[in-house]
Amino acid sequence: MLTITHLHKTFGPTVAVDDVSFGVEKGQLVGLLGPNGAGKTTTVSMIAGLLTPDHGDVLIGGARLSGDTDPKKRKIGIVPQDLALYDELSARRNLKFFGALYGLSGDALEAAIASTLQLVGLADRIDDLVKAYSGGMKRRLNLAAGLLHDPDILLLDEPTVGVDPQSRNAIFENLELLKSRGKALLYTTHYMEEVERLADRIVVVDHGKVIADDTLDGLQSRVAVVGGGKATLESVFLTLTGRSLRD
Amino acid sequence: MTLIPLLAMVRKDLQLFFSDRRSVIVSFVVPIAIASFFGSIFSGGAGGNSEPARIAVAIIDHDGTAISKAIVADAQTDKNLKVSMPEENDAREDVRAGRTTVAIVIPSGFGDAAGQALFGGGEKPSLSLFYDPSHSIELAMVRGVMTEHVMTAVSREMFGGAQGRRLIDQTVPQVQSSTMADDQKKLLLEMLASVQKFYDREPGGVRASAAPRGITMPYTVHEEAMTSGSNVAYNGYAHSFAGMAIQFLLFAMANIGVEMLLERQRGLWVRLRSAPVSKVTLLFGKAISGTVISLLILLVSFAFAMVVFKVRIQGSVTGFIGISIACAVMASTFGLLIAALGNSPATARGVTTLAVLMMVMLGGAWVPTFVFPAWLQQFTLLVPVRWAVDGLDAMTWRGIGITGALMPVAVLAGFAAMFWTIAATRFRWDEG
Repeated sequence: MLTITHLHKTFGPTVAVDDVSFGVEKGQLVGLLGPNGAGKTTTVSMIAGLLTPDHGDVLIGGARLSGDTDPKKRKIGIVPQDLALYDELSARRNLKFFGALYGLSGDALEAAIASTLQLVGLADRIDDLVKAYSGGMKRRLNLAAGLLHDPDILLLDEPTVGVDPQSRNAIFENLELLKSRGKALLYTTHYMEEVERLADRIVVVDHGKVIADDTLDGLQSRVAVVGGGKATLESVFLTLTGRSLRD
Repeated sequence: MTLIPLLAMVRKDLQLFFSDRRSVIVSFVVPIAIASFFGSIFSGGAGGNSEPARIAVAIIDHDGTAISKAIVADAQTDKNLKVSMPEENDAREDVRAGRTTVAIVIPSGFGDAAGQALFGGGEKPSLSLFYDPSHSIELAMVRGVMTEHVMTAVSREMFGGAQGRRLIDQTVPQVQSSTMADDQKKLLLEMLASVQKFYDREPGGVRASAAPRGITMPYTVHEEAMTSGSNVAYNGYAHSFAGMAIQFLLFAMANIGVEMLLERQRGLWVRLRSAPVSKVTLLFGKAISGTVISLLILLVSFAFAMVVFKVRIQGSVTGFIGISIACAVMASTFGLLIAALGNSPATARGVTTLAVLMMVMLGGAWVPTFVFPAWLQQFTLLVPVRWAVDGLDAMTWRGIGITGALMPVAVLAGFAAMFWTIAATRFRWDEG
């Protein structure tokens, strides 16, 4: 569903993304891991059409994504790390606006709003102002805003930052449901246990390059553990990327 | 550019604007309140040309002659002056404290000396003026008014009063013994002799029935306020509402620019730009919503002024609407400019306040531009507010037709195009 090939992006003298290639299939969740500054956000930004790569392509269903107004962007939904919502508006008005950006209107938009809010468990708070929501509710609404136009591909950038275990679990259940519906999910996070639970495949990037692209079992098998047990994903990650601070 | 996302941008911005009660109050109520206040100051009441405030003047008469008493009496009847007669020390203290604008001291011997000096026969006496230096314009006015009263009083007495007769008698020998050229001396003595004959025509001097008039202004002035018509009074509210409405719509639009920076900071532009919508559509949506809000502020302010203060569009209604739209577009794109040039919301806010206040002050929204030095008046032609205020004045109380709107509309549209171009090319879409 989503294929990126040889993506390359520089900012001045800094190479942010260097020949990154990987894919996400239908019904698959790929975890994108990497230390701070590894190139995750730049990669996601190029997939979402926010940045234009210097080289390489983003392919949506095999077709190259190009330009701000490329209709193929309708197949992509984004859930940013920031709570990209208007606090002074209600959930309904937020979603009406975000839906209209994808050309939704009328009954189709109302139906999409109802179903996504039902999915994230906010249907009964549809007319409340977002500023009255808890942190977890805002996170779920943030997810709903990315799902509203029923994209085939969902880009999730640390979607569970700062939420309580209940909301986090609810988000996980939503993602598993979406996966079962055939959506392709690219999930960026620093929480290893989330990837262990959700990911079908894990891509690790560092210094702008892909340094591993494998299943959880495949990655775990790369690290030997004293006593013969399985390595944790965190220990695998630290083995691959090193222990030096990146900030 | 698709219509659904564009309209959604506009609708969302309007919802955001009207959901912020403080913003609405500041944008709609405050300009009306301030414009009403300034309008009442500059026009003195709805639709009227009221009398200006009288200048507080203290007169200290140390002379006590017929001439000095006449000067005081004339000053007391002057509609421009509010005359009091305190002791000299009290008068000085009143001026120092700002309670009185000018204190005029008529020294002892002033009347006699002034009468003799009228024909060049004696030294000119001095009239002392103590004034509040913060009221230099009023000082000039008092100087002019008192010149008229002194000339009237002295000449009236010299050609008809007892003091004048005595002074003429004293002046004749002075002229005879003066070093004046013989031909001039002869002519002056003939004139004084004629005056003495004029006194001697009746035993009591000048006929009682004919009140002496003295030298008066040799002309009268017909004053007419040049408004839209001879029967249409100047309405100061028209100007103050134009100025205040423009000021506050600029503030509102600058605030929208700052909001854009906050939206970028909060990651909202990531979501907006991930949609299949062009950057131009996103900015254009902002420009349209800003224009709608600006136009509402302008029209609501003027509607209030029309209903409450009887402000009327005496010129072209089409021109008024055209200038209003051009002004709204200019203000809206000014907001985009703030967003494009502001690095962060905090710095943008600081720069915005300064920029808007400079623009409205130089544009004549607070005080008329004619009080500025000539070079500054020329400079203000580079300020869009000047064109907006002048244009709205032209369409309201000046009563100028559609032709008076063409240049302001063109210039405001030019500013809008410039602001848009800079905003579209300089706006940083990504935070950091």
